Amino acid sequence: MNNNRLWAWLIFALGAAYFIVPLLATFEFSLRMRRGEYSFDAYASVFADPRFAASFGYSVLIGLCTIVVGVLVVVPAVYFVRLRMPWLKPFMEFITLLPLVIPALVLVYGYIRLYNSSSLIPLTGSALGTDILLTGAYVTLALPYMYRAVDNGMRTIDIGTLTEAAQIMGASQWQIIVQIILPNILVAILSGAFLTFAIVIGEFTIASLLNRPAFGPYLVGIGTNRAYEPAALAIISFIITWGAMGMINLLGRFAPRTSPRTD
Amino acid sequence: MASEFLRVQNLTKTFGTTTVVKGVSFAFGKGEFISLLGPSGCGKTTILRMIAGFENPSAGSIVVDGQDITSLKPNQRQLGMVFQAYALFPNLTVGDNIGFGLKIAGLPAEQRRVRIADMLKLIGLSGYEKRYPYELSGGQQQRVALARAIAPSPRMLLLDEPLSALDAKIRVSLREEIRAIQLDLGITTVFVTHDQEEALSISDRIVVMNAGSIEQLGAPHEIYNKPASRFVASFVGQLNNIDAIVTDAAAKTVTIDGQAARVPALPADAKGPVTLTLRPEVLAVGARDGNDITLAGTIADVTFLGSVIRLRVSLGRNMVSLDTFNDQRTVPPARGEPITISLAGKDLLVLQG
Amino acid sequence: MDDIEAWPGTMTDTNTAPHSRRIPWDALAVAPFIVFAVMFLFLPTLSLIGAAFTDRQGHFTFDNIVGLGAGQIVSAYWISIRISGASALLGALIGLAITLAIIRGRLPAPLRSAVMTFSGVASNFAGVPLAFAFIATLGRLGLVTIILRTVFGFDLYRSGFNLLSFWGLTLTYLYFQIPLMILIIAPAVDGLKKEWSEAAQMLGASPWQFWRYIGLPILWPSFLGTLSLLFANAFGAIATAWALTGSNLNIVTVLLYNQIRGDALQNPGLGAALALGMILITSLANIIYLVVANRAERWMK
Repeated sequence: MNNNRLWAWLIFALGAAYFIVPLLATFEFSLRMRRGEYSFDAYASVFADPRFAASFGYSVLIGLCTIVVGVLVVVPAVYFVRLRMPWLKPFMEFITLLPLVIPALVLVYGYIRLYNSSSLIPLTGSALGTDILLTGAYVTLALPYMYRAVDNGMRTIDIGTLTEAAQIMGASQWQIIVQIILPNILVAILSGAFLTFAIVIGEFTIASLLNRPAFGPYLVGIGTNRAYEPAALAIISFIITWGAMGMINLLGRFAPRTSPRTD
Repeated sequence: MASEFLRVQNLTKTFGTTTVVKGVSFAFGKGEFISLLGPSGCGKTTILRMIAGFENPSAGSIVVDGQDITSLKPNQRQLGMVFQAYALFPNLTVGDNIGFGLKIAGLPAEQRRVRIADMLKLIGLSGYEKRYPYELSGGQQQRVALARAIAPSPRMLLLDEPLSALDAKIRVSLREEIRAIQLDLGITTVFVTHDQEEALSISDRIVVMNAGSIEQLGAPHEIYNKPASRFVASFVGQLNNIDAIVTDAAAKTVTIDGQAARVPALPADAKGPVTLTLRPEVLAVGARDGNDITLAGTIADVTFLGSVIRLRVSLGRNMVSLDTFNDQRTVPPARGEPITISLAGKDLLVLQG
Repeated sequence: MDDIEAWPGTMTDTNTAPHSRRIPWDALAVAPFIVFAVMFLFLPTLSLIGAAFTDRQGHFTFDNIVGLGAGQIVSAYWISIRISGASALLGALIGLAITLAIIRGRLPAPLRSAVMTFSGVASNFAGVPLAFAFIATLGRLGLVTIILRTVFGFDLYRSGFNLLSFWGLTLTYLYFQIPLMILIIAPAVDGLKKEWSEAAQMLGASPWQFWRYIGLPILWPSFLGTLSLLFANAFGAIATAWALTGSNLNIVTVLLYNQIRGDALQNPGLGAALALGMILITSLANIIYLVVANRAERWMK
């Protein structure tokens, strides 16, 4: 039995080394900009670059749009499918798994072919249109995660019983959704939102192929031209990702729980 | 009692700063069915897990059939165990579940098949060999778990609340089945339960436990009829507590809500208030041969239980329960009616402190 | 309660209301989802499939599919499959080992929650920043490279290692593959009941026998499922590879990226066929999983 624990500790230590060393190395590298001493010059240089603020701001904006659209597309669908059309559920699960199977690169290739400036829906013809396309692409990318977060949220609160209880007390469909369901799955939605944000914020492939001034393409540009700033940006990105995941963890503590049905 | 087969000596288990089993010792003979009975947290499951080898005792020893197994690993003890939540291997068929121990022991496939068939017959599930556990009901799963445990012919069978996850009806029929198989095989069995009715109905002997120590060890009728402590009396079976006031200790007389009664068990030095206890079934409605105490009261509540009607009778400050058979020719008594009840003074036990 | 008629949704209310006036909430609510799936998943995929079988003049052709047999394309597919396969398999095995260590190895509970949180972060720490981190670690001027050379006298790059190679990329991909495995497999490992291992022990089984006959067979379908997910995850990845190597590494995503950017293959139909091939390969990985898991899961509802 002690032997077992020894193995467990050994595996854990090796794994921890693999994951922590690159972070330490990157951090150390990011401090090396000034010759002969450690400094935060690389970070100062990053923050002084106006393109950093612009591209980061753009990606944040697109990220927020992605979250709003994603919630509007996913939440009502999950609710009504769970409640009224359970036979549609396998179909929904299939759809939400597709973005995990079809590479994003392939999808964006399809978008560019389908929505080019000479097509029926010429989204790539204008900046606004391309932004809409980018948002749609990101919603697709985040669909599996948003769907799972919302679906789990609705499962834990047993929306069927909640809805019936509200109906007995005379609530309308609209009141049920806004006053009963939404507050109860808010934590789940926010979890999905932060995950979406973490996925979208540094995304490179789609943004670069659609030629939008997002954070991902900016990072690659810096990577080819600079030596120390990329390391600083990697640390900054890691902190942003950590922040988004930390929020999910924090929110998890406020998640409403009803005792699960034993059926 | 047959020759000693299982001996637990001064068994102690400490988790951190709390001692959950406090120097427990008992010994049983071969073929006995023993129940460890007590409320949750009394240490009964910890004792079973120490016998199985899943917990290391902080002190003490466990001897099975002359062999000290205290420091053996669970897979070297040759014991069988049935768990509360079935714990069938979900990826194996019923047949493979039952044959698992035989396979581990290296029994050839042909002999395994014969043994599996015998076991399925024993539990009345012949033909279920190719099913998977999820295809069975809870009661069937637990029977398979029993067959799996006894298939390798273990020296002893450990049952960890095997019935508590089942429906009430299946619980009764399966417990009768377990007892029949146990008697048939003559296998020494340790059964952990918090259900006193289960323990009383199935055991040769019962160990009543409370707070890590043994309260009483004895045959079911001894435990029920002669509880050794207030805890045993209240935990096993229904019990009425009656507050009385000693009028004359030498004459062994008391008053119960102003009504006189003679209590042979009253100690000579008793004085002031005492608590008397008695089982509901020794109380009778009206007079009965041999009952020397009659008390008048009012019916406070009537609970219809089918074959039995349970009455709650107010004697003033005291409230007692008693059961009467349901006589289909008469109307059950109603709440608020006056009633006379009787009992034999020798059935009253005196609890002090 | 005197005004029961005012309660909406009572029996009389719904029965007397004309059916047509009720808003079809169900359909309205699911419609955006369906429209979205059609616009952003089905149509683009169908359009690519169509294009893969169309020549420049708009006629049906198999030429594009045949064109995939060209040496550069086959080798790109092959390198991609090898990197994805290696990083998925290693990621799955190492991830499973770490999960078993933290859950079954009885490591302290705070450690476990720390690992899960970190896995959530690291599995999303992919793409460009990950490439930067590994350049700073194992690049020619990376900390580990320098420490190995100056402290241990071992020249990583002279020994044949290159971050921009098959193993370099695999090692980098593991940084998000292992955490993803941990996140997905942890619930399955949690689902292994303590009683199963105890029951096996009581029946005389050693820990190894428990894992051989019970533990691993139960985990097998989840393991396979995650493996196919990890494969698709690495197969479609490009940002990390692009930021690490630019367009130097001949993997299929880089090839397709260049095709989309500037028609590098000089044949749009061939580009579509390339994309179709990618879908087929990731679908195949999933189909293999479904078939094997279906056989392994006979014991499940």
